[in-house]
Amino acid sequence: MESILNIRNVSKIYQSAGRELTVLNNINFSIDTGSTVAITGPSGSGKTTLLGLCAGLDRASSGSVELSGVVLDKLTEDERAAVRNQYVGFIFQNFQLLPTLTALENVMVPLELRGAKNIKSHALELLDKVGLADRGHHYPVQLSGGEQQRVSLARAFSNRPALLFADEPTGNLDAETSEKIIKLLFDLNKDAGTTLVIVTHDPDLAARTNRVIKMKGGLIIADENPNYV
Amino acid sequence: MSNNPIPKQNVPISWLFKMAWRDSRKNRSRLFLFISSIILGIAALVAVYSFKDNLQNDIDRQAKELTGADLIVESRKAVSKQTQQMLKTMGDDRAAESTFASMVYFVKGGGSRLVQMKALEGNYPFYGSIETTPASAAKSFFSGRDALVDKTLMLQFNAKTGDSINVGDLSFKIAGVLDKAPGQTGISSSVAPIVYIPLKYLDKTGLVKTGSRINYKYYYKFNSSNELTSIIKQLQPKLEKESLDLDTVAERKEQTGRSFGDLNRFLALTGFIALLLGCVGVGSAIHVYIQEKLSAIATLRCMGLKAWDAFLIYLIQVSFIGIIAAIIGSVLGTLIQFLLPIVLKDFLPVEITMQVSWSAIGQGLLLGLVISVLFALPSLLSVRRISPLNAIRATFENSTSKKRDLLKGFVYLLMMAFIVGFTYLQMKTWLQTIAFTAGILIAFLLLMAFSGILMFLVKKLLPASLSYLWRQGFANLYRPNNQTLMLTMSIGLSTAFICTLYFVQGILINRVTLSSGASQPNMVLFDIQNTQKIAVTDLAKSYKLPLMNQVPVITMRIEEINGKKAGADSTNKRAFRNEIRATYQDTLTAAEKIIDGKWIAQVNSPKDVVYISLDQNFARSIKVKLNDKIVFNVQGMLLPTVVGSLREVNWSRMQTNFRVVFPSGVLEQAPQFHVLMTRVPNSETSASFQGAVVRKFPNISVIDLGLVLKLLDELLGKISFVIQFMAGFSMITGWIVLISAVLTSKNQRIKESILLRTMGASRKQILAINAIEYFFLGLFAAAAGLILALSGSWALAKFSFDASFIPPLLPTFLLFSSVILLVVITGVLSSRSILNKPPLQILRNEGN
Ligand SMILES: Nc1ncnc2c1ncn2[C@@H]1O[C@H](COP(=O)(O)OP(=O)(O)OP(=O)(O)O)[C@@H](O)[C@H]1O
Ligand SMILES: [Mg+2]
Repeated sequence: MESILNIRNVSKIYQSAGRELTVLNNINFSIDTGSTVAITGPSGSGKTTLLGLCAGLDRASSGSVELSGVVLDKLTEDERAAVRNQYVGFIFQNFQLLPTLTALENVMVPLELRGAKNIKSHALELLDKVGLADRGHHYPVQLSGGEQQRVSLARAFSNRPALLFADEPTGNLDAETSEKIIKLLFDLNKDAGTTLVIVTHDPDLAARTNRVIKMKGGLIIADENPNYV
Repeated sequence: MSNNPIPKQNVPISWLFKMAWRDSRKNRSRLFLFISSIILGIAALVAVYSFKDNLQNDIDRQAKELTGADLIVESRKAVSKQTQQMLKTMGDDRAAESTFASMVYFVKGGGSRLVQMKALEGNYPFYGSIETTPASAAKSFFSGRDALVDKTLMLQFNAKTGDSINVGDLSFKIAGVLDKAPGQTGISSSVAPIVYIPLKYLDKTGLVKTGSRINYKYYYKFNSSNELTSIIKQLQPKLEKESLDLDTVAERKEQTGRSFGDLNRFLALTGFIALLLGCVGVGSAIHVYIQEKLSAIATLRCMGLKAWDAFLIYLIQVSFIGIIAAIIGSVLGTLIQFLLPIVLKDFLPVEITMQVSWSAIGQGLLLGLVISVLFALPSLLSVRRISPLNAIRATFENSTSKKRDLLKGFVYLLMMAFIVGFTYLQMKTWLQTIAFTAGILIAFLLLMAFSGILMFLVKKLLPASLSYLWRQGFANLYRPNNQTLMLTMSIGLSTAFICTLYFVQGILINRVTLSSGASQPNMVLFDIQNTQKIAVTDLAKSYKLPLMNQVPVITMRIEEINGKKAGADSTNKRAFRNEIRATYQDTLTAAEKIIDGKWIAQVNSPKDVVYISLDQNFARSIKVKLNDKIVFNVQGMLLPTVVGSLREVNWSRMQTNFRVVFPSGVLEQAPQFHVLMTRVPNSETSASFQGAVVRKFPNISVIDLGLVLKLLDELLGKISFVIQFMAGFSMITGWIVLISAVLTSKNQRIKESILLRTMGASRKQILAINAIEYFFLGLFAAAAGLILALSGSWALAKFSFDASFIPPLLPTFLLFSSVILLVVITGVLSSRSILNKPPLQILRNEGN
């Protein structure tokens, strides 16, 4: 099995007020292409930090990150931006839709950034898949939280990413809506064959992934493959 | 595992424009408000530039009307017979004029006043006209014993055409009202009103005697300009010998242009201050704007937007709005320029034809674009540094990298360069440029320090025992992204500007008013001949007027300084050129203080050395030290002297002060006239005494200081109106910056208001919190501005005007409190819109 993400000896140390704070301590793991992975752990254990490093949003203090065959360590900010645009999709806890763009425009942005043309129909298709075909011209403020997260799902899949990162995608939603979003996420994922990395506190969500990485105090304390086939 | 290449990604420029457009959707009016603070500055500059263009055009076009002749030959003394012969034959047409100060007496009303008498002969002006009512009077007054009298005089003495005036021993009939003499401005007509009489009657007035100060002018018209140039060449050597002055149209044009250059420079700088003030507003509003865009930018960066592309999106937005503001500013400026001639009408010697000046508009557009981008750049540059991490973290700590941004430093340098460069373009000299920019910089730094102190104090000293409302109101002054700095600057700077204007005006008026205090003389009689001295004194006594100061005046020239004659010392031309009026006395007056050397009151024997005393400033200007030797030419007689002492003279005391004072015993027999100072108790006495003097001694000139004071007041009023008009741009800009700052921090306030309201605060309480915040902001900013103005005015008073400065308490307090009131009202009104919205709508909007 080929791996899409390789994390080798990654540490993250913050300097704050003259003191060093080791947030990630020599982390190692790989993620197989097409798999779904949950990262869990108590608050402050370093999940978000790890996700940021994996997605090339931040630089590790030491160690190496390889994403889709590209080693990110030595890349400039702009090169990493290009890598993100090409291979990575994001889903955020607080949705992060661009408030001045309509739902449809939000979905189109990742493709537009690539310079792609004639993308409207593709975007509309995705909106249709998340059940918001008729809300394309609405602005985020005109949508409920669950609807906003659905738009953000459509956006995350729009550039057909090889790897999708989600940081607590249901953290801001009620149980019922969460359930819908999770279902949608896995359905879309199945269709697209994307690798999925989800940070979550939700055991139900974690249970639906191939693999659960448990963290505590900047260390991986367990790496389980509950439903691995 | 495959080693994939780094993907290439190129966002098309068109998408950046599209994104800029989309991103601005909900912010356009706000963005526009930010940038609108530069509109007035641009408008002011465009107006001034257009006015300058039009004025230059009009001066070019009407240059001949300014002089009324192609060539003017001028002399301060009667020209020799031989030269006169030549002057009488030159040119294709010629005219002559003798100008001197003299009293006129209005027979019917009994009023009299010192005027500029012009005795004219010939067809002058050859270009343009002497404007009179009726128009025919300008030519017809030559035919009889008629006069043209300035309209301000006619008004002052309620005179009518056909009335009689006395000039010297003759009486003239007023043939018409003089509306405008060639080259005359509204100001000059009220300060030195003109009366025209035919030259042929001048001798019979009895006013021309040896020692009278008459200015002789000969006007010429030349049909060919070649002839004019050759005549000028021919005249040049004679000029030297006879100390004649030449004036040509070109020269006058240049001179007029130069004096209006100063005016325009001043107007442009006041406009520039308004613009700078707006720039500070733009800079800080854009800063907050970008802070609000942080999460959107971080999200875009997550999705793969490059740092510079993110920067470009916002650069496009700002440039676009900047262009719109520049266009509006230019249009507004073009409209405002039509007001300038009205504001300045009393200062203009030419008729202004206002036209749209495309070069001024072009400059305005360029300036608007450059300045809005330049001052937004520091904030825009930080867009590059916004980490995509902000999308997954709420920490603002990491929002921008802490590493110093060299580019930002470069932009700050560019800003300084821009300010200095722009100022230099206006000033044209480095000294003034540096003085101006340093002044602006110091003002900015001081205000910055003030706001720093304010925030520090409030943070440190805020007692926990205060009620919640007060604490929250104060806390607003130093919370993150607060507007304290910017508001202190804009409110402070405009307050400082207005107050300084007001104070300086007060200082000038005060200076004059002080010197006309109850115990001070308020009337001066000049040109009293030796033979008239006793009679005049008797006349004054018969009116029960005190003789406050009675001094002899002797006119002389410097012939030699330390053995060097005028020709031998080209570095000190000033010393030899001007006529000096000196006096002799045996005691020093109260206004004089010897600061160096020794005052010698009396020369006892003709063989003694004559020690004179010089005003220290005069001594410096003619480069003379203690014990230097000066030979004076007292109307033909050479008189060697030695500088015995230097005096400090308090010129603000109302009395005759002299640059050169001789001891008694030297000049008693020299040709001289006397000056008498007295104090008239009221205007009736003044009028009747003046009338009596004029009738008995027509050669004596009387200056009524009450009138001078009134004129000065009027003049200062007119000047300060112009200044206030220009300062108005800064004031309104400061106000717009205030509104824009309040609305900029609206998002923060919304969150707070919701929080407070959920916790049960009433609308009133929230309003009170805002009012407290703005009251203290206004208080500190206005105080800072006032302190700047007070120290600036004090320095001006001390170093420039040599006067004392006592700030007028009540008006200052009123000005001070109205600034605060304006700040509070604007602040509370603009934040009220937040309160009026239903909380749900705000909660939903909170996401952006
Ligand atoms: N910029 C920073 N400087 C210093 N410490 C930081 C910084 N960012 C994060 N940390 C610390 O790193 C640790 C891990 O943070 P992280 O956000 O990765 O935790 P998390 O597992 O995502 O927690 P949660 O479940 O609450 O989201 C925390 O203790 C946090 O305080
Ligand atoms: Mg987290």
